[in-house]
Amino acid sequence: MVPDIPLRGILEAAELSFSYDRAARPVVNGVSVSVSRGTIVGLLGPNGSGKTTLLRLLSGTLNPDRGRVHLEGRPIATLSRRDLARRIAVVPQETHSAFDFSALEIVLMGRYPHLGAFELEGAGDLAIARRAMADTGTAALEDRRFAALSGGEKQRVVIAGALAQASDVLLLDEPTASLDLGFQFEIAALLSRLNRDRGTAMVVSTHDLNLAATLCTELMLLKEGRVIAQGATDTVLTPTHIRDLYGVVADVTAHPGAGHLTVVPLGRAD
Amino acid sequence: MAAPTDLRRRLLVTLAGFGLLTAVVCVTAPLVGSTTIHLSRVFNRAIPFADNVDAQVFFVARLPRVLASALVGSAFAIAGVVFQAFLRNPLASPDTLGVSSGATLGAVIVITFHIDTAVLGVSAVPVATFAGAAGALGIVYAMSIARRRGTSSTVLLLAGVALTAFLGALNRFIQVIGDYTDTFRSIRWMMGSMDVGSYTDIVVALVPIAAACVAIGTLPRELDLVSIGAEAAESRGVDVRRAERVALVSASLLTGSAVSLGGPIPFVGIIVPHIVRLIVGADHRLVLPAAALFGGTFLVICDVIARTAFGPAGMPVGAITAFLGGPFFLWLLFRRMR
Repeated sequence: MVPDIPLRGILEAAELSFSYDRAARPVVNGVSVSVSRGTIVGLLGPNGSGKTTLLRLLSGTLNPDRGRVHLEGRPIATLSRRDLARRIAVVPQETHSAFDFSALEIVLMGRYPHLGAFELEGAGDLAIARRAMADTGTAALEDRRFAALSGGEKQRVVIAGALAQASDVLLLDEPTASLDLGFQFEIAALLSRLNRDRGTAMVVSTHDLNLAATLCTELMLLKEGRVIAQGATDTVLTPTHIRDLYGVVADVTAHPGAGHLTVVPLGRAD
Repeated sequence: MAAPTDLRRRLLVTLAGFGLLTAVVCVTAPLVGSTTIHLSRVFNRAIPFADNVDAQVFFVARLPRVLASALVGSAFAIAGVVFQAFLRNPLASPDTLGVSSGATLGAVIVITFHIDTAVLGVSAVPVATFAGAAGALGIVYAMSIARRRGTSSTVLLLAGVALTAFLGALNRFIQVIGDYTDTFRSIRWMMGSMDVGSYTDIVVALVPIAAACVAIGTLPRELDLVSIGAEAAESRGVDVRRAERVALVSASLLTGSAVSLGGPIPFVGIIVPHIVRLIVGADHRLVLPAAALFGGTFLVICDVIARTAFGPAGMPVGAITAFLGGPFFLWLLFRRMR
């Protein structure tokens, strides 16, 4: 499958393959993707389809066995961790803290790549962290112990930390999986707003097809490490693809009230 | 809580508070003991040193012990902080990971087999303890790499328990085949004692400990970030591999040097970082200096108890820390389980 997206991406990957165990089937197999400024790419696929691994390859935490990742034309392998972190921020599925950091302290850690070796966070860094917390609705949690927060609160604090990193690209691994409906909407609205206002490009993996329909401009469907479809959301989110991907029969309709496609799963295909 | 100007202030308060405590304890500790001495007589220049019993007791008998305790306590505490951050577990320490046991094995081999060759003027014991600590840590490190594929830190701590038991068995094996006097020496040494021979021993341990502290001192923010996860740290810009290498080599140097000077004194590396975190919070820019100062203070106090509370023969300081540390460790486990 050759992507027909023109190469205007800020983050581009070509023919990526990776396996954790050389003997095993590659977890990511010949995947190419181009993420442009202003787009939100949704990554859909069943459990174990390689979504998380692909995000790790895009963020540079894993090196591909084959293929390459470029950030504005430069191979990310040639960038230092610090330089890379100023451009790409990551929100993992879960974050645990072994020690009693406050929520604000966790968010301030996002300022790490912007500070010198012995430089303490200044007033500017604090303002950025507080703004990120306000944007994610976590301002009131500032002094709370991060470890004692609920799953949804933690996730929003971690997203605030990624925002404090002030990057151009944001990679999110199932960002709304542990959130209730209200916060799912809030996070989706936040991501859309960031994308619109700051032009932050995003790659979001998710199991929530309706979230993908609301949020993402483009979709990429992954199955067993391979791309089975890729392109604009309206063209990719079809009953056939959903059946191929999850083995589920679903109705996909344009919802007049919502203004985007909605997916209603009807049952297993077999 | 973590406002920047606030951090600067908290750092000053931390250094001043713990520094003052350390200074008071280190000056008071040599005054405590079976022979009562007075600070005014110790520093009375009018009496020549040869006639000044107070000064002799202070400088010859007690001060070396106090300085050795301060140094060893700091080293174990800082090593504990580093292990806890990298394993993301407050129960990790030189003792629980088998690193102390590795260092002990090195020393027991040197003592039992009379490997007296001095390397560049340094006796073989510190070299062997460092090698033992690094070897044991190598095993744990290999497992922590495997951990990226999902081994939990509980598994690593259990591996540390197994390693400790195994190295302990090797120690006893060597002691059994060794001759009586050597074995007696190594058993005494294993109990942990601050009864150092001279200031020279202290200086020999001070050099690597200071070097390791400087290296770790460049990484407080990296320790904060790795404590929330290697991948999270990496995506925020930390060169995790480099930080890990520097910190873990330094921590084994600290453990090896501390064990060579004072023996494998247990639990300091767990108790001290924990108490310090309760007082200053989780930020390693505060935890590291506080643990260095309080670790020293804590062991100086334990050593005063060891040499005064149990009659003229005294008690090995390792027994005191174990007596305090065992229940503390259980309490910590219990609290975490809830």
